Amino acid sequence: MKNVLILFAHPRFENSITNRALVAGLETVAGVTLHDLYEAYPDFNVDVEREQALLAAHDVLVWHFPFYMYSAPALLKQWIDTVLEYGWAHGSKGNALSGKTALVALTAGGSRDVYTPAGHNRHSLGEFLTPFEQTALLCKMRYLPPFAVHGTYLLKEDERSAYVAAYRRLLGLLTRDDQNFRGAEAYDYLNDWLAARQDDV
Amino acid sequence: MSGSFLQDALIYLATAAIFVPIARKLGLGSILGYLLGGILIGPFFLGFVGEEGKDIMHFAEFGVVMMLFLAGLELEPATVWRLRKFILGAGAVQMAGTTLACFALFLALGFGWQASVAFGLAASMSSSAIIMQIFREKGLSKTLASRSALAVSLFQDISVIPILALLPLMAAAAAVRPPDTPATLIDGMPGWAQTLLLLAVANAVVFAGRFVFVPFLRFIARVRLRELFTAAALLIVTGMSYLMIRIGFSPALGAFLAGVVLAGSEFRHQLESDIEPFKGVLLGLFFIAVGASINFSLIVGNPLLVMGLVVGIVAIKAVVTGATGRLFGLSFDQNVLFTVVLSQIGEFAFVLFAFVGQLRLLPEATINILMGVTATSMIFPPILILAAERLLLPYFGTRESVAPREPDAIESGPSGVIIAGFGHFGSTIGRFLRANGVAATILDNDSDRVDVLRKMGFTVFYGDATRLDILKSAGADEARMLIAAIDSPEINRDLIERVRKEFPNLEILVRARSREDAYELLDAGMENIYREALDTSIRLGVDVLIKLGFRKYSAVRAGQNFLKYDEAALRTLAAQRHDQDAYIYTTREQIELQEQLLAVDRDKLPNIHDHAWDQKRED
Repeated sequence: MKNVLILFAHPRFENSITNRALVAGLETVAGVTLHDLYEAYPDFNVDVEREQALLAAHDVLVWHFPFYMYSAPALLKQWIDTVLEYGWAHGSKGNALSGKTALVALTAGGSRDVYTPAGHNRHSLGEFLTPFEQTALLCKMRYLPPFAVHGTYLLKEDERSAYVAAYRRLLGLLTRDDQNFRGAEAYDYLNDWLAARQDDV
Repeated sequence: MSGSFLQDALIYLATAAIFVPIARKLGLGSILGYLLGGILIGPFFLGFVGEEGKDIMHFAEFGVVMMLFLAGLELEPATVWRLRKFILGAGAVQMAGTTLACFALFLALGFGWQASVAFGLAASMSSSAIIMQIFREKGLSKTLASRSALAVSLFQDISVIPILALLPLMAAAAAVRPPDTPATLIDGMPGWAQTLLLLAVANAVVFAGRFVFVPFLRFIARVRLRELFTAAALLIVTGMSYLMIRIGFSPALGAFLAGVVLAGSEFRHQLESDIEPFKGVLLGLFFIAVGASINFSLIVGNPLLVMGLVVGIVAIKAVVTGATGRLFGLSFDQNVLFTVVLSQIGEFAFVLFAFVGQLRLLPEATINILMGVTATSMIFPPILILAAERLLLPYFGTRESVAPREPDAIESGPSGVIIAGFGHFGSTIGRFLRANGVAATILDNDSDRVDVLRKMGFTVFYGDATRLDILKSAGADEARMLIAAIDSPEINRDLIERVRKEFPNLEILVRARSREDAYELLDAGMENIYREALDTSIRLGVDVLIKLGFRKYSAVRAGQNFLKYDEAALRTLAAQRHDQDAYIYTTREQIELQEQLLAVDRDKLPNIHDHAWDQKRED
């Protein structure tokens, strides 16, 4: 079994509906570690040694956050800047994360069609997430397309449940040794890759 | 000889060990425990100690001598200046009032005016030992009542010096020394010469303090032997006492003067911590001896006279003191405490009565009765305090057994948080919680503060937070958290112990006064420990770094890291500490602790490991 580390960064978790539903009960899922960053480091003083030890113990890294101003909340950036050190995560001798997998799981208020060249935001979600992609590649990790929940403000109860189920399914696949996400990179969203294959359902 | 010494020691120490804990458990306070223990082993009940009780009394009086040395040490010029209004105002009014009233009482009983003056002055004394002990045990040291009572007793202590100087002037004959004491300098001197001599001696002591004691202590301190310093401190006290006895004055006076002289020196705290245990033991012994020496045959022989005098004097002192408290604006609750603790006759009265006996101002038999009256009166304050707390204050003062619950202004109703102790520490917590809509229930034993808080709409229970009934009425059964923020670490620990036993459902968050206090709490198995000076000191240090030119964020991070590191070091060192069986921390041990900490810091500077954003590092 592969170990999945969810780095969850939400500065207003108590007010969120979708994210609460997404992470509810994840503590009990085998192979998944939910790491609530704003709960662990309210003073932004990230314990680098502890985080590096956590990374070493996991195979898959999920950056899970609400999409704020086209990026992650500040603490996750703080985490990336302090934990992924030169000489440890990257650089000629920095091989600690080599061969691991990284991806982004996010919630966004805007619908999927505003993240298009013709749409309001003029760029695709993948384009906005380029820094995450390149960070993963710099650290010699495999980078998968994002898992995204769009239009959180207008989400109906059954739509939300469908997203929650999809996220569960994704995490289940991520923990499997025999699953290598072949062809996933061809999709814009991991949601699409999941929808295209039903063999595990 | 040594066999009988050991036997005596056995009896006295066993009395202390048995009766004081029982008295504390019953809520009577340690003084009453000592006194009752003494009465019980005395010649009139069990008879473990007989006539030799008198000799023990002489020995134990050394405890009083030491207490006065410490009282003198307390008289830092700055403290006296700060309390000047109360010392000179309330002190003078209370003492003049009681002296006059007792003088009138004695005159009415048919004594001469000299005897009446002497008696009035002696009877106006109150015991600072009892006052301090009671307030400390009740955790009320910071209340207005405590400060006022201490100021008044301070005034009495100071006035002993002129009283001892002036009494010989009134004596019809020169002092007659007791047959078994060595010859003294003032034998056969006329009164005015004694007065002059005393003034000269007092000045000589002040002079000696500056130019002999302090250089001597500096010399001893350089040897760096802990026990030698203790010995030197005891030497000064003993030497002064002996000198005074040889001259013919009270040894207590000598020790008091020596204390006053050393109060301004750099050795004040060291002396205090070194003498403190001796004082405590000897003072306990003194109270036992007082109990044992209460002459019940005198009381039985003249029951009306003795009891009448005790009740009369206590009543007079209570009335005068109560009026004084009122005059100086104490609230009802505070005034009750103030009045009760000052209503006994203090240990200085023993000294004064003995001196009066030597001067033959009063006949031997009367002196004996008065000594008995003094000892008996000391039983009153602890009992009266108890009575006031249980019977009087519930009906009058601020205390309510069930406070009316406010209509639930906050949506969730009672927050389930109890704050015990609303001093500078607890009050900040309470305000912070309230600012966030959490209404904590507050327990405090300062009635003035309770009044104010009630007016501000807090739910406050007045009383001793370690008492089960008060905790219950504050809702400890259903509450979730108790914040133990009482000033006195000892009482705070009592509280924690009780709460853990009686209310295991309550999570306890505890204030620690110091690192040593935190160690004790860790030993007691506490988890949530908050050292009160830690965060503030670090915050100040961070500001220093910023003012020195550090970037603010780096300085703040350094502070965060130091806090984390120090909390970890606390737990490591707490475990190591047991190798040194250092349970009683003294000033010296605190310095050793600091040294140890600094050494650890040097080996493991927390911020050297902060390599965040450091692009040059590669290992």
